Amino acid sequence: MDLDTLLSFEWGTMTPEFIILGIIALLSVADLFMPKHVDRKILGWVGFAGVVLALISLVSLIGTETTSILYDTFRLDSFAIAFKLILLLGAALVMLLAIDYRTNEGLEEYKGEFFYLFLTALLGTMFMASSGDLITLFVGLELLSIPSYVLAGMRKRNLKSNESAMKYVLNGGISTAITLFGMSYVYGIAGTTNLKGIAQVFGGLSDPQHIYILGLAFFMIFVGLSFKLASAPFHMWAPDVYEGAPTPVTAFLSVVSKTAGFVIILRILLSIFGYIPVAQEDGQPIPLLFAVQDYIAFLAGATMIIGNVVALRQRNIKRMFAYSSIAHAGYILVALTAMSFVTFDAIWFYMLAYVLMNLGAFAIIQLITMKTGSEDISHFAGLYRRSPLLAVGMGIFILSLAGIPGTAGFIGKLNIFMGALMVDQAHYVLVSIMIATTVVSYFYYFGVMTQMFFRPAASDEKIQLPAGTTAVILITVIGTILFGVMPNLAIDFMHTNFNQFVDFMR
Amino acid sequence: MDFNYFLTLLVFSPLLGILLLAFMPKANESGIKMLGVLATLPSLILALIAYFSYRGGHDLANFSEKFRWIQFGGQGAEQQGMFTVNYELGIDGFGLIMVVLTAVIATLAAIASFHIKKEWKGYYMLFLLLEIGMLGVFTSENLILFFLFFEITLIPMFFLIGKWGYYDKEKAAYSFLIYNGLGSAILLIVIMVLFSRTGTSNIEMLSVMMNTENAPLFAPVSESLKMGLLIALLVAFGVKLPIFPLHSWMLRVHVEAPPSIVMIHSGILLKIGAFGLIRFGMGIFPEQFAELAVLLAVLGVINLLYGAFLAFIQTDFKMVLAYSSISHMGIVLIGLGALNEAGIQGAIFQVVSHGLISALLFFLVGVLYERTHTTTLANLGGMAKGMPLASGFLLAGAMASLGLPGMSGFVSEFMAFLGLFEEMPVLAAVGTIGIIMTAVYLLRAVLGITYGNAEREFDGVTDIRSFEWAPVLVLIGLIVLIGVYPAVLSEPLQATLETIMMGIGG
Repeated sequence: MDLDTLLSFEWGTMTPEFIILGIIALLSVADLFMPKHVDRKILGWVGFAGVVLALISLVSLIGTETTSILYDTFRLDSFAIAFKLILLLGAALVMLLAIDYRTNEGLEEYKGEFFYLFLTALLGTMFMASSGDLITLFVGLELLSIPSYVLAGMRKRNLKSNESAMKYVLNGGISTAITLFGMSYVYGIAGTTNLKGIAQVFGGLSDPQHIYILGLAFFMIFVGLSFKLASAPFHMWAPDVYEGAPTPVTAFLSVVSKTAGFVIILRILLSIFGYIPVAQEDGQPIPLLFAVQDYIAFLAGATMIIGNVVALRQRNIKRMFAYSSIAHAGYILVALTAMSFVTFDAIWFYMLAYVLMNLGAFAIIQLITMKTGSEDISHFAGLYRRSPLLAVGMGIFILSLAGIPGTAGFIGKLNIFMGALMVDQAHYVLVSIMIATTVVSYFYYFGVMTQMFFRPAASDEKIQLPAGTTAVILITVIGTILFGVMPNLAIDFMHTNFNQFVDFMR
Repeated sequence: MDFNYFLTLLVFSPLLGILLLAFMPKANESGIKMLGVLATLPSLILALIAYFSYRGGHDLANFSEKFRWIQFGGQGAEQQGMFTVNYELGIDGFGLIMVVLTAVIATLAAIASFHIKKEWKGYYMLFLLLEIGMLGVFTSENLILFFLFFEITLIPMFFLIGKWGYYDKEKAAYSFLIYNGLGSAILLIVIMVLFSRTGTSNIEMLSVMMNTENAPLFAPVSESLKMGLLIALLVAFGVKLPIFPLHSWMLRVHVEAPPSIVMIHSGILLKIGAFGLIRFGMGIFPEQFAELAVLLAVLGVINLLYGAFLAFIQTDFKMVLAYSSISHMGIVLIGLGALNEAGIQGAIFQVVSHGLISALLFFLVGVLYERTHTTTLANLGGMAKGMPLASGFLLAGAMASLGLPGMSGFVSEFMAFLGLFEEMPVLAAVGTIGIIMTAVYLLRAVLGITYGNAEREFDGVTDIRSFEWAPVLVLIGLIVLIGVYPAVLSEPLQATLETIMMGIGG
C-alpha cells in the first residue's frame, strides 16, 4: 500500500474514533507526567470532553453516504452511526459517574488508568459497530474485553473485586475462544474474512456438509457472544463481576458493553448467516438464521426466566441489577428472534431506553452505596425522607425498567412485542414468557420501591449530590420520561436519518 | 362552543393540582387538603359541562380529538396508515357517564381524605395522578392509550394502599400489584396481538375490521384466535371486576386501604373491568361474545351467590361490604350474559349505581372508624344513640344496595334480572336467591350496628359534622335521583346501547 492509496481513503468517516484515540494517548501521557499529588479528576473531565466531542463529530456524520474504507474493513453505514450514538451517549454518562466515584480502599492512584482504560474499551465497541470484516470485528471485541478485565479488578485491595476480575478473565477467555473457533469455520469455508465476500460465497452454497458445519459455527459464535450480552448460557459471570467491579465499571458493563454485544451479534448474524440457504422439506430454501430461530428463542426464554427469577432472591442491589440486566438481554433477544421488519428499530430503541434508565439507576446506586458503605437493599430504606428527588428519580428508573407506561422502557417493550407478534408464525409463547417474567420482575423492582417509600430511614441525614452524578440523573430522568411520553422524537429521528438501515449490507 | 382540547383538559386538569402541591410546604395540612379538593373540581365542572351540553343537544363526536403520537415501523408503514398510534380521546354515552361518575366520586373521595393522618402532600399528589388515570381510561379511543391510563391507575394505588393503609397494608399493596399486574399483562398481550395483526389500535377501526370479511389486515386473525383473545380479555378484566376465582386481592384491598381510597377503588376501579368487557369484549368480538354469554351468566350467578353467602358469615363490616361488592358485580355479569337490551342496560346501570352506593357505604365506614377505631360487628352496636344521622344514612345506603324501589339499586337489579329471565329463566330464578341473601346480610350487619347491643360503649361520639355532609348528601341525592328518574342515565346510554345491540345482531 503506497501513500497515495492511503491518502485516498476518506479518513473523515473515522473522526469519532480518531478523537477517542487522541484523547487516550493524551490521557496516558498526561497521567505519566503528572505529579502524584495532583487530583486525577481533571483527566476524567478531559476524557468526558473527548467523548462529547466524538459524539458531536458523529452527529455531523449523520446523513453522509455509506462509505467503507481500508478495503472494506471499516464501514460507516447508518447501522454503525445509530449504534455508535448510543455507545457514545452511554460512555459519556459513565465517564461522569466515574469522575465522582470514590471507594474506601483508595482508588485515587489508579484513577488516571481508570479513565483511559474506559476510553480504550469504548474504542473497541466503536470498531465493532463499524467493522466490515471478521478481523476488525474480533479486534474490536478484544479491545473492549481486555480493558474491561482490568477495570473489573481495579479495586485491587478488595477481595470481591479480585474475584470478579478473575472470573471475568476466565469466562471471557473461554467465550472468546469459542467465538473465534466458530469464526474459523466460517473463514475456512468462505476463504475470506470480509463480511461482504463471505455473504457472496455463502449465497451460492449448496453442499449440505458445509451447511452442517456452518450450523455448528453459528452456535459457537452465538454462544460465545452471549457472554458479552450476559445472556444464557454465558450469564454466570455477571452477578459476581457486577458486584465486585467498581460501580461505574458495572454500569459500563451492563450498558455500553451489552450494546456492543448486540451490535456484533447483529453484524455477524445478519451479514453471514442471513445468506446461507438451508433447504426445507418443501424444497424452498430459507436462510440459516431463520432455520435456527427456535434455538435463539429458547435461549431468549431461558435468559428471561433465569434473570428475573434469580433476581427475586438477591439482597445485594448490584447483584440484583446484574440479574435484571440478564433479563433485559433476554427481552432484546426476543426482538432478535422475531426478525420482523421492526427488529432493528426495536433493538435500537430498547438500547437507547436501557442506557437511560439503567445508567440513571446505577448513578443512584453508586451514590447510596458510597454514602452508606453497603450494597444491601435495606440501605435504600427511607430514601424518600432523606432525599425525595433521588427517591423519585430511582422510582422513575424502576418503573421504566419494569416497563410501566409513560416511560421509555414501556415503548421499548411495546416495539419488541409488536415485532414478535407481526411475523407469520407469531411467537406467542415467547411473548407470553416475556410478559409473565415482566410481572415477576415487579416483585424485586417494587421491593426497592418499598424500601425507599414505605420503610423508615436509619438516619435522617441529607445526601449531598455531586455535580457529575446529578447531571447524569437529570439527563437520564428527562430522557426516560421524554421518550416514554413522546417516543416519536427518537423513532422519527431514527426513521428519517437511518432509513430502515437498508444500507446495512450494501 | 368549541370543544378542541376539551377532553385533554378534562383528563389532565388534576395535573395542575399536582404541580401546585409540589410547591406547597409539607407542614401546611389544611392548605394541602383544601388544594387537594380544589384540584379535583376542574374535571368535575368540565365533566358536568359535557354532560349538560350533551343533554342540551350537542353531538358527542364534537369532543373527539386526535394527534399523531407514535409511528412504528418506518415510512413504508406510515404511508399505508399502519402501525400508527394516535393520541385520540373521545366519549360516547357510556364513557360520558363513567367520566361524570369518576369526577363526582373523585371529588367526594378527596373530601373524605380529610381523615388521612400523615403525609398529606404525597397522598394528594398520588390521588390526583390516580384521577388522571381513571379519567383517561374512560376517554381513550385506542387500546394502547387505554392501556397507558389503565397502568397509570396501578402505580398510585400501590403506594396509596401500601403507605396510608391499615395494619397489613404492604401485603395488600403487593397482592393488588401482582394480581392487577398479571391482569394487565394479559390485556397487553391481547392489545399487542390485535395491533400487530391489524396494524391499528383504534377501537372503532378494530371493531369494524374484526367484523368484516376480508378486511385489509396486516396478518390474518382466525376465528379461534378471536375466541382466545376474548377469553384472555375476560380473564384480564375479570381480575379487575372481580370475577369469582380471581377476587381474593380485592378483599385485602377493601380491608387494608384507607376508606377514601376504597371509595375510589370500589366506586370506579372495579368498574373499569365492566367497562372493558362491554367496550372491547362486546365491541370488538360480538360474535364470540354471544357464544360465551351462557358462561358469563353462570359466572354472574356464582359471583352473586358466593359473595352473598360469604358476606353473611363475616364478622367485620368492611369484609361484609367487600363480599357485597363481589356479589353485586355478579349482577353486572348477569346483565351482560343476558345479551339483550334490558340486560345490558341493567349491567351498565349497576356499574353506576354500585359505584355511588359503595362510595357512600365506604365513606360511612370511614366516618365510623374515625370515631370508634373499629369495624368489627361485635364491637359496634347501638350507634343510633350517639350518631343518629350517620346511622340513618348507613341504613339508607344499605337499602339502596339491597335494591329498595325508588333507589338506584332497584332499577339496575330489576333490569338485569328482567333481561336474564327472558333468556335463561332457570338460572335467573337461582340468581334471585342472591337478592334475598343481600337483604339478609345487609340488614343483619347494618341493624346490628345501629340498634344492636354492643360489647363496648361509645360515649361522646360525634355525629356527621362539617365537611362530612357534602359526600353523604351528594351521594344519596344521586342514588335517589337515578332511582326515581332513571332517564338521567338511560337517555345518554341509548345511542351506545343501540350500537352494541347492532354489533351482537339483536
